Amino acid sequence: MSTREIKKVPTLRGKTIVNLFYEASTRTRTSFEIAGKRLSADTINISAATSSVVKGETLIDTARNLEAMNPDVIVIRHSAAGAPHLLAGLVKQSVINAGDGAHEHPTQALLDMMTIRAKKGRLEGLQIAIIGDIAHSRVARSNIYGLKRMGARVTVAGPATMMPRDIEQLGVEAHSSMEEALVGADVVMMLRIQIERQHQNIFPSLREYAQHFCLNRKNIARAQPDVLVMHPGPINRGVEIAPDIADGPFSVILDQVTNGVAVRMALLYLLTGGNA
Amino acid sequence: MNWLIKGARVIDPSRNLDAHEDIAIADGKIVKVARRLTPAGKKGATVLELPGLVIFPGLIDMHTHLREPGYEYKETIATGSEAAAAGGFTAVACMPNTNPVNDNRSVTEFILRKAGEKNLVHVYPVAAITMNSQGKSLAEFWDLKEAGARALSDDGRPVMDSAIMRRALEYAYSLGLPVISHCEDLSLSAGGAMHEGLAATELGLPGIPGAAEEVMVSRDILLAEYTRTAVHIAHVSTAGSVRLIRDAKARGVRVTAETAPHYFTLTDGFLYGYDVNAKVNPPLRGEEDIAAIREGLRDGTIDAIASDHAPHAVTDKEVEFEYAASGMIGLETSLALSLALVADGILSLSELADKMSTRPAAILGVPGGTLAPGAPADLTVIDLQRPWTVNRDELRSRSRNTPFLGRQFTGKAVLTMKGGVVTYSDIPGSDF
Repeated sequence: MSTREIKKVPTLRGKTIVNLFYEASTRTRTSFEIAGKRLSADTINISAATSSVVKGETLIDTARNLEAMNPDVIVIRHSAAGAPHLLAGLVKQSVINAGDGAHEHPTQALLDMMTIRAKKGRLEGLQIAIIGDIAHSRVARSNIYGLKRMGARVTVAGPATMMPRDIEQLGVEAHSSMEEALVGADVVMMLRIQIERQHQNIFPSLREYAQHFCLNRKNIARAQPDVLVMHPGPINRGVEIAPDIADGPFSVILDQVTNGVAVRMALLYLLTGGNA
Repeated sequence: MNWLIKGARVIDPSRNLDAHEDIAIADGKIVKVARRLTPAGKKGATVLELPGLVIFPGLIDMHTHLREPGYEYKETIATGSEAAAAGGFTAVACMPNTNPVNDNRSVTEFILRKAGEKNLVHVYPVAAITMNSQGKSLAEFWDLKEAGARALSDDGRPVMDSAIMRRALEYAYSLGLPVISHCEDLSLSAGGAMHEGLAATELGLPGIPGAAEEVMVSRDILLAEYTRTAVHIAHVSTAGSVRLIRDAKARGVRVTAETAPHYFTLTDGFLYGYDVNAKVNPPLRGEEDIAAIREGLRDGTIDAIASDHAPHAVTDKEVEFEYAASGMIGLETSLALSLALVADGILSLSELADKMSTRPAAILGVPGGTLAPGAPADLTVIDLQRPWTVNRDELRSRSRNTPFLGRQFTGKAVLTMKGGVVTYSDIPGSDF
């Protein structure tokens, strides 16, 4: 539908979707907004900077006020893990987690899996390498759960400071070297390195990180010849991914963004009473 | 009022007593404990027939937060005293992290005055180790002791400076004041919301490693050993801490330790679902930690069970998990959770009475912990068979922050007596 000339259907006319964003986001918020609008829902964006959050209102009070205005779906992005869980327990509306702390980002995992399946025709049996700051990554967690469920094999790699405790117990293989994780990979997911984390001393410098954990022309040769390169964005060119790889033939980074709209449209449709 | 208590099983670890004996009480003191006593004395005595029930020396909770002064919306000395009596306690020690901090005589005296007005439990103020608990300069221990402080602690705001801790141990020891150490390396725990383990990884919550506690347990043991003083380790939560304390005791270091019921009852797995009422500091740990704490209780490494009763209002708790205050109330559930250790065969009833009464009295250096003639008539009557449910409307504490709401227990305090006065009674048909 996103490729049609008139990109709008009346399916969700009269439905209201609130995008409640407590954390900065361009891609995810825009994606949800476009998804809602293409289905003719009324979408309202609330960002923490402009709402009563700055006046010290609690999430619980914000939720009750939103509920009183009777929207159909609340999409929440929050820096605190579990915030969508808290919200869902309070309101009668459907709640979509658009990313909570280092916990989960389920719609990202859905769009990633959609992208892989569109390109590879399957998920089962594929070897997926997720590389970077696993400890702080909600994208990694949701993808691990989703991909494992669909029968893929998942390896993760990063410096030990970026590996969450007992990650192996989630059924993944963990490596401290990127080269090991790349061997035979059908898909490589690079994670964004958050520069501000340098202050927590989980890596000494971007320079050193890039020397050992940047996906480039050389180390990608360890993966399958038809490897897919993915990244949830926004990318740090030259830090975790070389520009020629991000823009190169293996990259499906922009397909991910396109599929994000489709996945979110499907989700909104299903949650507002549509039948699969 | 004078009493003659008949028919109960009397357990007094201070005298290795576990027998069906009668207890005669007059003028607030225990007069005699023996078989087949008869009412005597000029005034006569009220006879209490308590067949099938168990009597402990009055329970002493050596680690509570009564929140007054400053946080009366969470708890007051009055409501905390009611909760304590209902939980079977005749005495509580209250931590200094009030507002203002209990770092000077006027706050200590205020606490004692408020406690005296209510007069339901003995309240033993624990004063701050450093001024305003900032870890920089020692509080006036001598003056605090004279005002009525019974111990010193950095609970909630640990002394990070090892030199200050060394001086605190030395100075306090010379005054006979126990130092209760909250062991937490703040640089290792910074930003953490729960135990660092699989559950934290899955929940995406920042972790607090067990090592954050163990590093400081090691430090305090080494300091106590070197300075030939003593230290009491608060709320032990990890297997590593149990091991360190066991080893230190074996080589003669004067270290004692307590744990709280939640550390031998719940694991970090309880946090799936982000229950803020189970957010505590130190955090709920893993299975192997629980096993080690139970073993530490069994083999005597852990001397005492204390509730770490930490009341918080709804406004402190009903927020995102990471922002929620740490702590749970415990005065009214501590005994029931600890009785489970007896049911599980880890402790005998006498050992439990020791850990909840006799040892805390000895560590704090306060009266009680015994049913010997001449001792104050502080005692707790327990019905081991009584089923009950934690009901949010029946809790005496001003706060409701416990993950045990709705939980069913077997066994509770049915009568609490302090100085010969009944401070709580839940015996059907009785009227005191």
